[in-house]
Amino acid sequence: MGLKGEAAIVGFSEMAPTRKPIDQAFDLERWARLAASTIADAGLSLSDVDGIVTHSISESHTFIPSTIVEYLGIGVNFAEIVDLGGATAAGGVWRAAAAIELGLCEAVLVVTLGSHTVPTSPLKPREVSQGYHFGASSNIYGSPQAEFEIPYGNLGQNGPYAQVAQRYAYEYGYDERALAKIPVDQRVNANHHPGAIFHDVPLAIEDVLASRMIAAPLHILEIVMPVQGGAAVLVTSERLARKARHRPVWISGFGEHVPYKTPTYAKSLLDTPMKTVAASAFAMARIERTDVDMVSIYDCYTITVLLELEDAGFCEKGQGARFLAERDLTFRGDFPMNTAGGQLGFGQAGLAGGMHHVIDGTRQIMGRAGRTQLAECSRAFVTGNGGILGEQTALVLIGD
Amino acid sequence: MTKQLARPYPVPTPTTKPFWDGLAEGRIVIQYSPSQDQYVFYPRVLAPGTLADDLEWREISGIGTLYTFAVAQSPVSAHFADAIPQLLAVVEWDEGPRFSTEMVNVGTDALKVGMRVSPVFVPYPEHNITMLRYEPAR
Repeated sequence: MGLKGEAAIVGFSEMAPTRKPIDQAFDLERWARLAASTIADAGLSLSDVDGIVTHSISESHTFIPSTIVEYLGIGVNFAEIVDLGGATAAGGVWRAAAAIELGLCEAVLVVTLGSHTVPTSPLKPREVSQGYHFGASSNIYGSPQAEFEIPYGNLGQNGPYAQVAQRYAYEYGYDERALAKIPVDQRVNANHHPGAIFHDVPLAIEDVLASRMIAAPLHILEIVMPVQGGAAVLVTSERLARKARHRPVWISGFGEHVPYKTPTYAKSLLDTPMKTVAASAFAMARIERTDVDMVSIYDCYTITVLLELEDAGFCEKGQGARFLAERDLTFRGDFPMNTAGGQLGFGQAGLAGGMHHVIDGTRQIMGRAGRTQLAECSRAFVTGNGGILGEQTALVLIGD
Repeated sequence: MTKQLARPYPVPTPTTKPFWDGLAEGRIVIQYSPSQDQYVFYPRVLAPGTLADDLEWREISGIGTLYTFAVAQSPVSAHFADAIPQLLAVVEWDEGPRFSTEMVNVGTDALKVGMRVSPVFVPYPEHNITMLRYEPAR
């Protein structure tokens, strides 16, 4: 059961992040531009593309894939929309690989937009979405979040992730310096990765611990900075992968698990979906944890990384802080992680933040990581995480 | 984030109404699935996990344990800009289910995961709703 590793990422594009909106464009227009740059990166052409994976866009509530393919001027055999927050990108990549292995299609664009503004016109005022002001929670009548979460301030991400960290501290203890080392080591990587939002700013553990407390124990430098951007990959069959310009990055294993929306209802808050997700991904790819050359771990918060590393099996449960303290997470280190800076160092461009990790692994395996390139990289483990640990996906990527 | 927006209040549905009616009377009434011998929260039409059609309403003590908490030093949204620090809490009822709530009548330094907590009924007559918050058990 599972993927045979016969579909590959053959091209990518990731826009350099900016703090302010960089373009006055509609999401459809951004989709087309990211598609064009990604196909060009692969050295293939639009006529090869016969599948798309997208998320929601600003211009439509429904009929989104058909609107996008019409705009691109192609027909597709696989028209997919994914709604898994930060796991959308990794989730889109395995869906593309599965569709290709099923023979439905040969080349699938997986696009994640990362800009938050679109042009407006007083002649066509935009409906103010009920959800807009409530982050990832729904305030629509009948939604459990509207009735049982939002009225108590249980919304957004900072509070819930701080609750996760507080529970972790209660069950296992909490080494704030070890957690602070995550953004510090990743900052070294960001300092060597062109375009990262913190490319020019070094960081020390003391800086993290002295930064503003948002919700204890989470400091602002342990939380991703929202930026504008966008990222995409092209996934193809082996036939097209051999025609493309770069070393193919085979999608050899994946796992996905989605148990809840609101962490209040997690059976056990600290036993994350990553346990079964990583087990599935490694078993499918037939490799061990120790076989990977690098990991790219979804890092919206430091506590997220700690739990993912533990539950993916890179260290024992409860030993994550010791692992972080003992290992060098930089591209020069003994456990290279988030070598393009991660979202903590690169910036989080909306759902393109999840694609940042897919592209991080892809860039290393293709040998295109510039100053952060590892001497040898043929195996990468990539994660996606949506909501408050309630939507998780992992990929094992392998080079020839 | 500085502009204050109107505070959102719960709006009961036909399915959830018995829970809110209970709070208005100072009682905590939630669902129970006899086939699983489990209490259920939030209210549903069928039991989660089995979809058994056997949910019945039962009153519980409402006493519980603080499963986890967070002290929001920045507003969680513009609707709560005046609520800082906000003591976001998850309470595990002795009967099993967990409940999203806020802690009141307690200093931030006194909050401890695992502490015993008891219910505080907070009526909002202008919104026709009673909310359920928690304080340290006496």
